[in-house]
Amino acid sequence: MARLLVSVAAGFLFGLGLVLSGMTQPARVLGFLDPLGAWDPTLLFVLGGAVGVTLVAFRFVLRRPAPLLAARYQLPESTRIDRPLVAGAVLFGIGWGVTGYCPGPGIALIASPTWETWVFLPAMLVGILAHRGFVTRRRGAIRQETPMSSSAPI
Amino acid sequence: MMLAPFDPSAALGGGILIGLSAVLLLSLNGRIAGISNLLGGLVGAPAADVPWRLLFLAGLVAGVAVFQGATGLVPEARAAFPPWLLAAGGLLVGFGTSLGNGCTSGHGVCGLGRLSLRSLVAVLVFLGTGVVTAMIVRHGFGVA
Repeated sequence: MARLLVSVAAGFLFGLGLVLSGMTQPARVLGFLDPLGAWDPTLLFVLGGAVGVTLVAFRFVLRRPAPLLAARYQLPESTRIDRPLVAGAVLFGIGWGVTGYCPGPGIALIASPTWETWVFLPAMLVGILAHRGFVTRRRGAIRQETPMSSSAPI
Repeated sequence: MMLAPFDPSAALGGGILIGLSAVLLLSLNGRIAGISNLLGGLVGAPAADVPWRLLFLAGLVAGVAVFQGATGLVPEARAAFPPWLLAAGGLLVGFGTSLGNGCTSGHGVCGLGRLSLRSLVAVLVFLGTGVVTAMIVRHGFGVA
């Protein structure tokens, strides 16, 4: 129960951060990604602020043997820089550069739905499901080989 | 809603809130606040693993809705943006983050915070391709 409250509170904070910083507006994101236009440094400040906090706080958090409300930390296990990682980042970067939405702001579209909500969100979900189906099929085909790194949760 | 001029304190403040959210979720629940994996994990996850993911996402939407309700600043849809392009981009965002195991929050905010080299590579690659793509789409094809 306490863990669920933490989840909803953390989600709320995340949403507040996204909208306060302007990251729910694709024009801001694209203004950052496109240095040939009127360059908008917002994203740099958002990522800087967020990573500044995690970089310092995670040191102390991960020094503890376990989280306060759960048995263990569930961290991504893979440290390999492999083809799925790079190919995935390339495809995501293209989709991001085209639309101005990454998954967080994509979800945030539900808060004030427009036509963009009903086009982007279902497409993103189909993309996730398509990859899941792709992985399941390949796993079936190459059971003997080492598991794909993309199965590790982040 | 017109795009307001760059506001460094709002950008930094919002970023800090996102960072605090990630710290809260990791320090108490032991989980990484990566949106694409929060979402993707809903598919085929054990039933016990579903509620916290849904609640985080619901909280995110609520946070955005409360802010928009309080300020009256609601983003408008881009009237001239081609729907097929938004759909194609959405497909790539979903497929790519699932294949690469993370997005701006998972690899960016959390992965960089954990000093993960894997995440640093992902961030540099998606930022790089994002920049190249945005320049081509906006200046090569005139879509904004």
